[in-house]
Amino acid sequence: MRYRASLLIYLKEGVLDIQGRTILRSLHDLGYGEVQDVRVGKYLRITLEAADESAARRQAEAMCSDLLVNDLIEEYSLVVEEEGK
Amino acid sequence: MKVAVVVFPGSNCDADVAHAVEVTVGASVEMVWHASEFLPAGTDLVILPGGFSYGDYLRCGAMAARSSIMKDVKRFASSGGLVLGICNGFQILTEAKMLRGAFLPNRTLSFICRPCALRVERDDTPFTLRYKAGQVVRFPIAHHEGLYYLDKDELDAMEKRRQVVFRYATPAGEVTDEANPNGALNNIAGMVNEGGNVLGLIPHPERASEPVLGSVDGALMWQSISEWIKGGGAH
Amino acid sequence: MNYRTLGLRDKEYDAIVEGLGREPNETELHLFSVMWSEHCSYKSTRRLLRLFPKEGKSVVQGPGENAGIVDVGDGWGAAFKVESHNHPSAVEPYQGAATGVGGIIRDILAMGARPTASMDGLFFGREGARSTRRLSDGIIRGVGDYGNCVGVPTVGGKTAYDPSYDENPLVNAFCLGLVRLDRVIKSSTAAPGQVAVLIGSPTGRDGIGGAAFASVELADETKSSRPQVQIGDPFAEKLLVECCLELVELGVVVSMQDMGAGGITSSASEVAAKSGVSVVIELDRVPLREEGMAPWEIALSESQERMLLIVQKKDIELVESVAAKWGLNCASIGATTPGDRFVLKYKGNVVTDVPASLLGGECPEISWPSLSPEDLNARQSFGAEQIKPSKGWEDAVVSLLSHPNWADKSWIYEQYDHMVQINTIVGPGSPVTLLRIKPNGRFLALVMESDPWKCHLDPFSGGAETVAKGLRALVVCGAVPLGMTDCLNFPSPEKPDQFWELEEAVRGMATACREMACPVVSGNVSLYNETSKSKILPTPLVCIVGLVDSLEDFLPSGRWKEGDRLFLVGSPGGSLAGSAYQCVFSGKPRGVPIPFDAQKEKAFLERAAKTAKGRVAESGRPLVGGGLALALAKEAIESGIGARVNLDAEAKPLSLLFGEGGPRAIYAVPPDKAAAFCRIWQGFPVNRIGKVGGSELSVDGFLKIPLEKLIQAWRRP
Repeated sequence: MRYRASLLIYLKEGVLDIQGRTILRSLHDLGYGEVQDVRVGKYLRITLEAADESAARRQAEAMCSDLLVNDLIEEYSLVVEEEGK
Repeated sequence: MKVAVVVFPGSNCDADVAHAVEVTVGASVEMVWHASEFLPAGTDLVILPGGFSYGDYLRCGAMAARSSIMKDVKRFASSGGLVLGICNGFQILTEAKMLRGAFLPNRTLSFICRPCALRVERDDTPFTLRYKAGQVVRFPIAHHEGLYYLDKDELDAMEKRRQVVFRYATPAGEVTDEANPNGALNNIAGMVNEGGNVLGLIPHPERASEPVLGSVDGALMWQSISEWIKGGGAH
Repeated sequence: MNYRTLGLRDKEYDAIVEGLGREPNETELHLFSVMWSEHCSYKSTRRLLRLFPKEGKSVVQGPGENAGIVDVGDGWGAAFKVESHNHPSAVEPYQGAATGVGGIIRDILAMGARPTASMDGLFFGREGARSTRRLSDGIIRGVGDYGNCVGVPTVGGKTAYDPSYDENPLVNAFCLGLVRLDRVIKSSTAAPGQVAVLIGSPTGRDGIGGAAFASVELADETKSSRPQVQIGDPFAEKLLVECCLELVELGVVVSMQDMGAGGITSSASEVAAKSGVSVVIELDRVPLREEGMAPWEIALSESQERMLLIVQKKDIELVESVAAKWGLNCASIGATTPGDRFVLKYKGNVVTDVPASLLGGECPEISWPSLSPEDLNARQSFGAEQIKPSKGWEDAVVSLLSHPNWADKSWIYEQYDHMVQINTIVGPGSPVTLLRIKPNGRFLALVMESDPWKCHLDPFSGGAETVAKGLRALVVCGAVPLGMTDCLNFPSPEKPDQFWELEEAVRGMATACREMACPVVSGNVSLYNETSKSKILPTPLVCIVGLVDSLEDFLPSGRWKEGDRLFLVGSPGGSLAGSAYQCVFSGKPRGVPIPFDAQKEKAFLERAAKTAKGRVAESGRPLVGGGLALALAKEAIESGIGARVNLDAEAKPLSLLFGEGGPRAIYAVPPDKAAAFCRIWQGFPVNRIGKVGGSELSVDGFLKIPLEKLIQAWRRP
């Protein structure tokens, strides 16, 4: 089966997100005073073959710890679904 | 002295650092392709050069840290061999977990290239024998992601173990926030592992190693290493 | 498909039919529309470009190749060229600028040279405007991100702001590479029986028709129907550079072309036409990134980071293995055969079969009518000498120093790695960039110059002054000029007054080059830099490369020392027409700039060369924007020391302090060398104007400014 892992990586709470802070300031400058916080992250969409959904998730998690995420500064959320769904 | 300079796809200071160690201490240099399995026999010093390995895509140094040669670099380091990572090389060392910490974008959010004053914190490492602790040197910096980060507890512990070797400072040697170009925690520009044989350094000593380039502060580093090797300090 | 909608003119279509002996098919029509566009064919300017002198004792390769080459001694050459990326940068500033840098690097690579240094000429609209900020931020980041990653230092350049660039920003990218003269790669060396190999990124629909796009005015509808933006991948470029240089080193490259405007068509037909062979390309073999591409799209795609190599059949495996090492696609896409055909095959069918020489070189020239502008008298008639600084002389100096055009540019160049490759001896921010040539121990001196305001007032003398400024700077620092490259940025040539400006500017440049013995070895033309609302000033830009034999022969600027005597050489006054002073204080250039005087220029260069060689000065700086006042201020700022200056009160103060044009320079000379200095300058106007010392810059009777205040103004906090 073919699965799609959607991976959102962002800086851990407590790690200064300078880009987020700068974007927040720009939005305030433009008059969007209601904005409370901006965090910048990155999004990876991985297409993979796996036996079932939980296997796909396990594989994606392994990729995160092997390469995709640096756990010293980053955390992530992962959504795995069958492709085409 | 036999130096192995590791070349990753996207390294761009590899030839510069090879040139610097050749002209300053007459080192014999071998360029080692990242896909190799083993370092050349008899290597005294491994250099991970600056540049944009793998385009700095994903995270600076992340993919290079997982290349084939890095297994042998780790083995070499754990047996006491000297490893120096400069700029992207430092990022690779942290991604390879050979040094603690991680790098974030400069607080200016821009690339910065200019000479920078650094205070030498330790003159008892193999890389800094020829310097005097407290001395101020000038090395150019050239990076976009040089903000050294480590969580507070670990940072304190690291400071206690005296692992910081270079800090951004004023020309008079004061470690101030104004003198910090990128926002690195504790103004950290360079640090060693606990064994003292692996140095990560954001500024570029190879760009300050010849009189014609306006500074020879960096040459002292190559002389230090050479002296250490000659003195049998190596593994 | 109507040829007119593709931008071909009736006369051109007739020439195609005549050349082919039949009507072109659709694919061929697309090919001709790109290859015969202004951008690729120079059809409007070929006649003018012939005016440039191309011969010189250092010239190894003149115009017509991917880059020119000059001899820098000991078997080494410097390959260089400047090229515009104006239209793409107007539409997508970040990618436009980035791919401009990438493109010029590949041009240098195509000569077999290792790209060693870049410079950039950037022209933005009025400072502070939101659109200017958006464009300039994107362009500066684009230049930096690409150059930094690819490892070619950005060692100098020029940045100017003027309302005429509001909608038409200019990005002129220069690159220089070093090449062993016995390893130069040319496009004329292919022979029948060889293989065309495509190395680099897979091909998509990027920038299709980009060359044609660069050859029209940016109308509102072009913005929506624009070609897909080309995306730069500096990492892929770095791999491509290393891969191609490794292949050159192995001696397996017969010929090499970068794939810029016109993609496979342009690169392959150029090799065919120049080498006198046919090239047959199998489009099915091109590695693609997108599905459903038409043959003409594959043939014209401007996907970045690709090179076309012609190699011997026996070397194919070696080429493939080197490309694999660098992780690059490598595909044999065609072959050379005897003849003069450019043939494209797709799925077994011949989709194009045309004479290579017709496609590449026989676009009929266009002779646009030329008429001097109606408002030329008005432009030149203003009594420029009249404007007095309303807030005094000190304020005038401070205003000029802090104006974005003349202020410190470190905020830009510190975003560029200008030191990688460790050759940069004098980097950006100085009148001249100095690089060492590692293989032979000599030094290259580089300058980039332009003067759009003076070109607007008098394109002939403005063009000549642009070239002269570059040559003066090089010779003052002790360099021997070897050759020049230029980028002619102009609005549409189809309006007679605009074509007249283009023609006059080129005549002026060519005259200066000829008189001052500076051959033009490469260059580029960018026309149609206008929109319905605005057009650029005539902006010819030049980069000149000089050689300095040893560091002792180099005379730096910004090296005043306490006690040095200050000398002004050249006429005491200049003209305010098109000067920095006028731009800042009246907003519009008016008047007649100083005309080009070949005898004076030569007399100046001869003495300036002796001054450097004789080591009789500590510091030297030719007068450029802001005249004497800004030259003094910048010398003081860079040297970190003041001076007391006393000028001949008889001369008109404005032209004395702020006048520009003609050969003039200031020198700081140690007291014991003053006599020798004056002997060298005998027969040329030379005035001792003061003495270095103290912590303020004072000009008796005019101004007294603390050094601190000058620095502050210049750095624009």
